[in-house]
Amino acid sequence: MMASSYTAKEEDGHITVSGPGALRSRKPENTAFKQQRLPAWQPILTAGTVLPAFFIIGLLFIPIGIGLFVTSNNIKEFEIDYTGVDASSPCFNCSQSFSWNSSRPCTCSIPFYLEQPYESNVYVYYGLSNFYQNHRRYVKSRDDSQLNGDPKSLMEPSKECEPYAFHENKPIAPCGAIANSMFNDTLELFYNDPNGTKVQILLNTTGIAWWTDKHVKFGNPGGNRTTKPINWRRPVFDLDADEGNNGFINEDFIVWMRTAALPTFRKLYRIINKKSGMVPTLPRGNYSLEVVYNYPVRSFEGRKRMILSTISWMGGKNPFLGIAYITVGSVCFFLGVVLLLIHHKCGNRNNNADISN
Amino acid sequence: MTGADTLLTCRTSSTAAHIGVGISGQEGMQAVLSSDYSFAQFRYLQRLLLVHGRWSYLRMCKFLQYFFYKNFTFTFVHFWYAFFCGFSAQTVYDEWFITLYNMVYTALPVLGMSLFDQDVNDRWSSQYPQLYTPGQLNLYFSKKMFVRCMLHSCYSSLILFFIPWAAMQDTVRDDGKDIADYQSFALLAQTCLLIVMSVQLCLDTFYWTAVNQFFVWGSLAAYFAITLTMYSNGMFLIFTSYFPFIGTARNSLTQPNVWLTIFLTSLLCILPVVAFRFIVLQLRPTINDKVRHKLRKEALPAPAPRRPPTRRISTRRSGYAFSHAQGYGDLVTSRRFLLKRPLRSRPALFSQTDSPLAQNQPQHYRTIAEEQEDAQSP
Repeated sequence: MMASSYTAKEEDGHITVSGPGALRSRKPENTAFKQQRLPAWQPILTAGTVLPAFFIIGLLFIPIGIGLFVTSNNIKEFEIDYTGVDASSPCFNCSQSFSWNSSRPCTCSIPFYLEQPYESNVYVYYGLSNFYQNHRRYVKSRDDSQLNGDPKSLMEPSKECEPYAFHENKPIAPCGAIANSMFNDTLELFYNDPNGTKVQILLNTTGIAWWTDKHVKFGNPGGNRTTKPINWRRPVFDLDADEGNNGFINEDFIVWMRTAALPTFRKLYRIINKKSGMVPTLPRGNYSLEVVYNYPVRSFEGRKRMILSTISWMGGKNPFLGIAYITVGSVCFFLGVVLLLIHHKCGNRNNNADISN
Repeated sequence: MTGADTLLTCRTSSTAAHIGVGISGQEGMQAVLSSDYSFAQFRYLQRLLLVHGRWSYLRMCKFLQYFFYKNFTFTFVHFWYAFFCGFSAQTVYDEWFITLYNMVYTALPVLGMSLFDQDVNDRWSSQYPQLYTPGQLNLYFSKKMFVRCMLHSCYSSLILFFIPWAAMQDTVRDDGKDIADYQSFALLAQTCLLIVMSVQLCLDTFYWTAVNQFFVWGSLAAYFAITLTMYSNGMFLIFTSYFPFIGTARNSLTQPNVWLTIFLTSLLCILPVVAFRFIVLQLRPTINDKVRHKLRKEALPAPAPRRPPTRRISTRRSGYAFSHAQGYGDLVTSRRFLLKRPLRSRPALFSQTDSPLAQNQPQHYRTIAEEQEDAQSP
C-alpha cells in the first residue's frame, strides 16, 4: 500500500497544478458564460404567435396592394415604337439607309393621338429593347476618374476603356464603350391645334439626372487636347450651348452613363413642366413626334420607343407590386385559415406530453 | 477506455466510432493522451453524451444547413441574372458586398448560433435521454436534408431575383429619374438578400442570448452603416475608382417602392418556412418539440443526485504502461460480448420501452456506485 498524497478535489478528477504560489485548480469557472447557462429567450412557434401573424399580414397586404394597384392605374402612359421595322412605318426609310458619316441627318415624323389629357409634369422617356447595358465588359468600360474631372486621367484613360481609350494617338474623352454608344436621337413633340397650327411643346433639358451624379460624380476638367469618341458626331465640349450642361456634366450624357440593369429599359429624356392654372399639360388631341434618327438598333434586333408618362409617389406605371401584394395578402390569409384548421384538429399532439419513443 | 492497451483501441476504432473517450484512472494516462475527450470518472460520460454531444450535433447541423443555404442562395441569384445580362457573368451585387458578405455581414450571427444554441438546457437533456435519438438516426443533416436545403435555396433565389426584377421593370423614382439602373438594382437585391438571411437565422436560432441579439442586429446595422459609408461622397472623392456606387443609397433607399419591394421579398421567402415548420410541429411533433413545449410551462427539474465521493484507501498512479500484443481492441469493437443476437442495424441507445413506467416518466439513470478498493490493494 502506498500512501499517496491526494485531496478530495483530486477525487473528482480535477487536476490541480501546484506551481509557485497557491494551488491552482484547472476546473473551469462556474460562470453562466462558461457553463452555457446564459439567460436567454427561447421562442417556439406556437399557434398564438403564428396564426395572428398570418392574419395580420394578410389583412395588411391587401389594402396596400389595392392602393398600389389603383395608384398605378391612375398613372397615364403612352408609348410609341419608332424603330421603323414595318415598311409602313414613317421611320422605315431612316432605319434602312444608315451610315455613320452621313452629313444630312434622317428625320421622320410619327403622328399620334392622346385620348386623355395629361396633368402635372409629364416626363418624356426614350426606351431601348434588347440592348444589354448590363453586359460585364460593357459595364467595366469607363473611367470614373476621368469623368470626375481628374486631369491626369483625362490624358491617360484607364485600361478598362480599351479599345476605346485612344484614337489617332490622342486620348478619347470620355473613354469607354458606354460613352461611345451614347443615345443620340433627337425627339421633338408638336401639338396639332384644333385650328391647324403646329405648336412645339417646350421640353426641359435639365433636372433629368441624379443630383449626386451631376454635382459630385461628374465634373469638367480643363484642357482641350483630347478627341471625341469614335461614334460621336460632336466632341463632348460641344454637347450643349449652356455651359452648365456642357462637357461631362451634360445631363443626357450622365443619364446614359448610368447603365441600366436589364436589357429593356427606359431613360429620362426631357420633362414637360406643368402649366400654371387648371390647363392640362398635354390636352387631348393630335400630336406628332419628330425624330432625328441617328441611333442604329436594327443590327442587333433592338427597338427604340418614346414614352410619355405621368408620375406618382410610387414612380411610373408598374402594376406588378399592387398585384403581388394583393396576391400575397390573399394567400397569406387563406394559409392562416388552413393553419387554424390544422391546429384545431391536430394541435393537441404537443400538449399530451407523453414523451415516449 | 482506460489503460494503455486501449491506446491502440482508441486509434484503430476511431474510424468506426465517432469520438474516442478516455478515462484517466488507475491504469494510467495513456488513454487520456490518445483520445478526443477525457475525464476522470465514468459517470461523466452521461453528461458528455446527452448534454454536450447532443448540443454539439445540433449546432453543427444547424450551422452547416444555414451556411449551405446562404451561399447557395447567393450564388443561384447570379445564375438567374445570367439570362438577362447576355450570359456575361455580370454580378448582381456590388463587388464590395460580395467581399464582405461572408466575412462581415453574416459571419458573427452564424458564429453566435453555433456557439450558444441549445434546444433544451442541460437538466432537461439529462432528464430525457430520448432526445439523443436524432443524433443516432442522422436526422438533422443527411443527404436528404442537403437536397432539401438546395431546393429551399433555389426557391429563395427565385424570389430574391424575380421580385426585384419585376418591380424594377420600367420603374422610375417619384421625381421621374432613374431607379432601374444597375447600381440601384444591385443595392435592392443585396439588401433583400441580407434581410432574408438574417431573418432565416433568427428562425433557426432557438436560444437567444444577449450575445446572439447583439451579433444579429449589429450585423444588420453594420451592413447599413458600411453601405452608406461606401456610397458616400467622401469615399468616392478619396478613392474614386474603388467606390463607383456613389449616391446610390441616397437615391434609391428613399423611395417607398424600393422598401415595399424589400418587404414583399422578405415575407415571401420567410412565410413558407414558418408555415411549413408550424405544420410539421402540429402534425408530427418530435420529442424535442414536446420537451421544448413542456419546459415553457414546468419548472426546471432537480439536478441528478450526486453521491458524495467515498474516500479511497489508496490510489496508485503509474506513470507509464505498455503492452506486448495487440490487445483486446478487436474484441471490444466487435461487440460480440455485448449482444446475444446478431447485429442487424444500429439500435437506438434507449430502446427498452416495454416497462409501463418508461412510457410516462422520464428515465432516471443511477450513477454507477463506487466500490471499495480493498480488492485492488497489492
